[in-house]
Amino acid sequence: MSHDKNFLSVVWDKLKSWEGFLLLVLILIIIGNTSLAPNYLSIGNQMNLFILSIEKIIVALIMAFIIINAEIDLSVSSMMGLSACTLAWLYSQGAPIPVALLAGLLIGVLGGAFNAFWIAKVGLPSLVVTLAMLIGFRGFARVLLEDKSIGDFPVWFDTLGQQPLVGPFPLALLLFFLFVIAAILLLEYSGFGRYVYVIGNSREVAEYSGVKVNRVKTILFIASGTVAALAGLLFAARLGAVRGDLALGFELDIITMVLLGGVSIFGGSGSIYGVLLSIMIVLNLRNGMSLANITGHVQTGVIGMLLILSVLVPNMTQTVRAYLDRRRLAEASSKNNEQLSVNN
Amino acid sequence: MNALMRRFRPEQIRELVLVVLIIMVIIFFATQIENYLSPRFFNRISTSVAIIAVVAVGQTLVVLTRNIDLSVGSIVGFTAYFVGQQLADNNEIAPLAVVLMAIGVGAAMGAFNGVLVAYGRVPAIIVTLGTLALFRTMLVEYSDAQTVITSSLPAWIIDLPRANIFSIDKLDFRLLVGIMVAVVIIFQLMLSYLPYGRRLYAIGSNPDAAKVAGFPSQRIVFFAFVLCGALSGLAGFMFLARFGNITVVAGLGIELKSVAAAVVGGANINGGAGTIIGTLLGAILIDVIDNSLIRWAEISQFWREALLGLMILLAVAADFVIMNRLRDLWARSELQMTQQDVEETQTQEEPGHVA
Repeated sequence: MSHDKNFLSVVWDKLKSWEGFLLLVLILIIIGNTSLAPNYLSIGNQMNLFILSIEKIIVALIMAFIIINAEIDLSVSSMMGLSACTLAWLYSQGAPIPVALLAGLLIGVLGGAFNAFWIAKVGLPSLVVTLAMLIGFRGFARVLLEDKSIGDFPVWFDTLGQQPLVGPFPLALLLFFLFVIAAILLLEYSGFGRYVYVIGNSREVAEYSGVKVNRVKTILFIASGTVAALAGLLFAARLGAVRGDLALGFELDIITMVLLGGVSIFGGSGSIYGVLLSIMIVLNLRNGMSLANITGHVQTGVIGMLLILSVLVPNMTQTVRAYLDRRRLAEASSKNNEQLSVNN
Repeated sequence: MNALMRRFRPEQIRELVLVVLIIMVIIFFATQIENYLSPRFFNRISTSVAIIAVVAVGQTLVVLTRNIDLSVGSIVGFTAYFVGQQLADNNEIAPLAVVLMAIGVGAAMGAFNGVLVAYGRVPAIIVTLGTLALFRTMLVEYSDAQTVITSSLPAWIIDLPRANIFSIDKLDFRLLVGIMVAVVIIFQLMLSYLPYGRRLYAIGSNPDAAKVAGFPSQRIVFFAFVLCGALSGLAGFMFLARFGNITVVAGLGIELKSVAAAVVGGANINGGAGTIIGTLLGAILIDVIDNSLIRWAEISQFWREALLGLMILLAVAADFVIMNRLRDLWARSELQMTQQDVEETQTQEEPGHVA
């Protein structure tokens, strides 16, 4: 950035970016919602929004890493279900909660490692592997709990999921803040984060520059499985009961949050800040729709539409920009030709 | 060995393996479940396979072009409900018009996917993950949480699933199965012989080369999605005929089964390889296992989903590891063979040179 630019023009440049556009959308949604419910913007309500979807947005953070790396993990919601079901099943078999919690996390590590093996070691596309495990993990979750619902966890476990832990913040929200800081530090300021971007931009270039591509991918998928498992456990604690279909279909919201945040589905670009903004948008939009008495099904449809638009709009603007550039070039060259002919 | 290798392609070996697998699965369950090999069970499975297979044929067309369609389950559900509702409102609609309406609605939904993927350049996984939710929402909104019930439908469609083309002893060859066989034959012929079919392979195996060769890539991909939607619409009609009662969850999960059938049947998820016959075999294998597990007392039927997921992974991994080796082997032996041919012709020609 050059020094002669004044502060206002820097701000203007920022606002013209995708993040600026997201901010505008967010403000519009909040204004709309506030007109529907006057005390909408209160801190209590905003925090409530986060708490009601905290599991999704925790997973969205790690999903951003995966998609920037030009991969995708469709199995996260099933992993959330599987870890919660593991916890509930072990508990119903008489295991103490701490042991069951550890087992749930371990399942996440193992499941992530399983995905990583096929993707990084064997070289299968992550789309297929995680699609297969979207069904597979969910299937194992159903095998564990069949059609039962298991609840009646110890009071301290439910309290941990539902009540504030420090000040007004419950454990899940504290963990989310922690993850946000870790994600920003890792992605923007560490060597590992640079590797994630480089691999996403071009796998070949990364390999030729000596980046251990497979190791980075392995770490990311194990992390994805583990974070998803943790989110599943938090969800179980917040709900106080677990069924086989816990977190079913969450991948739609999670992937929408990441892509709407300006992370390119083709990898290599995007930022955590954009993802945070789009998380706010999705949360506020869903809440606003609830305020306007729009049913959950329609909300899901709107999120689906948003997912498509979040990739379509950047594509279209790119096409239009390329077309304008081409025309400008053509005009310039035709002018040059005229001048040449005049000179001749 | 060489003569054998000339006669068979790796893809045919895979299909042979699938047939053997299906037979082994059937023999295994026959020893486990009483009355397993009864005509009733055959009829039930053949009708159930028919619906999955028709969707899977459409899925295969899309997968061939290196794309994927996750919205087919919602398309099946929506067309089944939409057509069922029209029929319930007006019992007089001609059967052919009903079928055409189902195909048309499906094709329109497929066209929506196709426009976004081919012309909007949005990855298929994103588009169809979105429309999976969107089309289901349309169904929920349109239905207003009402159900299409069998008694409101005209008699011909209620009798349709039991309509036979012919039957051997008690083994019925149902009309729905006939539709499936027709779809399989038509689309296998299209893939093998029509320019459009060959271009699907070309685009899937190398999109850049296809573009350089001057193929209208966007249009070809677009029509693959339209055809997939149309076939899902047809399957929606078959779904309506088979079940009669249509709720908002109709067709849920078919997208995963259709992907599984295509992939288990040998369609390469990276495009460019796969046959309709293979897809049919994949659909049969998956559905036989699925239907048998429901009746098998030894393990809980909740294993169905877990097994389906593992089967997809296994099929893809086997495709990647084994098929690549086989194709290598074939390519090498072909090289040897052509070299031999060249040498033979050279030795034959040599006397002439001397003279």
